[in-house]
Amino acid sequence: MIFTIAGKELKSLFASPLAWAVLAVTQLIMGYWFVRLVEEFLDRQAQFIHLPNPPGVTEVVATQLFATTAGLFLFAVPILAMRLIAEERRNQTIVLLVSAPVSMTDIVVGKFLGILAFLLMIIGLIALMPFSLAGSTRLDYGLLASLILGLTLLAACFAAVSLFVSCLTAQPILAALGGFAILLGTLLIGAVAEEGLRVRAVLVPASLVRVLAPMKNFEAFGKGLLDTYAVACLLLLVMLFLLLAIRQLDARRLRG
Amino acid sequence: MPELESASTISARALSRSFGSHVAVNDITLDLKRGEVLGLLGPNGAGKTTTMQMLTGNLAPSSGSISICGIDLFDEPIAAKARIGYLPEVPPLYRELTVDEYLILAAKLHRIPRASRADAISTAKRSCGLTDSGRKLIGTLSKGYQQRVGIAQAIVHRPDVVILDEPTIGLDPNQIREIRGLIRELGGAHSVILSTHILPEVEAVCDRVQIMHHGSIVYSDTIVALKQIHSGSTVLVGLRRPPPLAELAAVPGVALAESVEPMLFRVQFAQQQDATDALVKQAAALDWGLFQLNPAQNSLESVFVKLTRREENP
Repeated sequence: MIFTIAGKELKSLFASPLAWAVLAVTQLIMGYWFVRLVEEFLDRQAQFIHLPNPPGVTEVVATQLFATTAGLFLFAVPILAMRLIAEERRNQTIVLLVSAPVSMTDIVVGKFLGILAFLLMIIGLIALMPFSLAGSTRLDYGLLASLILGLTLLAACFAAVSLFVSCLTAQPILAALGGFAILLGTLLIGAVAEEGLRVRAVLVPASLVRVLAPMKNFEAFGKGLLDTYAVACLLLLVMLFLLLAIRQLDARRLRG
Repeated sequence: MPELESASTISARALSRSFGSHVAVNDITLDLKRGEVLGLLGPNGAGKTTTMQMLTGNLAPSSGSISICGIDLFDEPIAAKARIGYLPEVPPLYRELTVDEYLILAAKLHRIPRASRADAISTAKRSCGLTDSGRKLIGTLSKGYQQRVGIAQAIVHRPDVVILDEPTIGLDPNQIREIRGLIRELGGAHSVILSTHILPEVEAVCDRVQIMHHGSIVYSDTIVALKQIHSGSTVLVGLRRPPPLAELAAVPGVALAESVEPMLFRVQFAQQQDATDALVKQAAALDWGLFQLNPAQNSLESVFVKLTRREENP
């Protein structure tokens, strides 16, 4: 049942010009950025030779490419996810799902997987760019795998946050703005993630603050470091917002 | 288990729902037998849609219980919802899908096994006159066809109870006839709850009627009983040179006379009496210029107006 809903979501995404536009724009920006990064690497290669432990092409190009994609997702994911629930509420099509013998969890998780599948396609297309260098140089596949995993988890976080905000309103644009605002907020939280956060007199330890700082957690993957704590933090955030979304959807049934 | 008490498909007890301080539905009880078509009538804002939303699990009641074919809607929502088909006021259509894609989605959501899915969809399409529209985008269909897709969605899984919120709104007269035929047909194997403003529709397709007003059920009876009580008791009389109303009311056997238009009067007979003959004789004798005399068919309308207007202007 979850996959039925996910499949429908994917189909609807591809039926909307918005998704195609986002796909096209990300490809255009990231493609251009990739070429620039490669050129820059070639220019600086001569200097790197003198270093005792020179950075490889994966480290310079792929890490930056994925970091930029993460920044792009900050805008793109709320826009892609804004219609998930908000538009169904505005068009009153949510009734079809709620009246059907499926649970709220099925609906939320299905929608989440639908949007995640779409984001995975973007990630896949972007990952193809560094892979295109495989013929001419040796790539650090370990680092690439870690980057792909990190970006996927980050995208899942952003999607869960945006999905939750989409449950709060019947206006898709408002949902996009709200999702964007929360993600920016997590960016700010990330800035203090090292020191911990002082709320009134209580000090929230840095390890807890990190749960709410997905971007910060993503950075570890860029070093080729598979930090289980970062993975746990990202997964925790995904689950937190999915749970909130389910509760919110259920509350609407109670509140009317 | 569910098979035993299948005589009653919906049983709602003491159902109430309030939004803040506003009571939208107040302590209503609703029972539906298998194969019965129930008409839910009421002026705008009477609570019909709220009631239907509660019966389909789209809205939680403030108090009361609902069971579908003996399955409690709150304890086992998924099992209960599997037995309901619902067409809300605004059909829940995805405009970007084709009719076929949409019905496949509805069939999957209602857990129709893959093997019988194609059959179920083609049957639903046939019932709703959509056989040739399968590959069209829903967004490009006319309002009437969209309504049909909405109905097809509600019946594709052959539910025990079909709940239709104003199903014939926006349809042309031919389509209305077809949809009414379809509802009658559905009434054979399924139970149907139908909400509408259109009174002749209720008389045409329903077995039983309940009138809601200000969130309560103010009238509940079978259509047959309704017709028996009111048949032949009221006539419409057209007079070119009408006498004063009092004179008309004084004709033997007449209980009440009221003016509909300057020359048209609604005359209600006293209980168990037919004063048509006396009325015609009087009209001829006193030269009232009788030009029209027909039995008023709108028995339901008179009940409806009486129940819902009286309370508005107390």
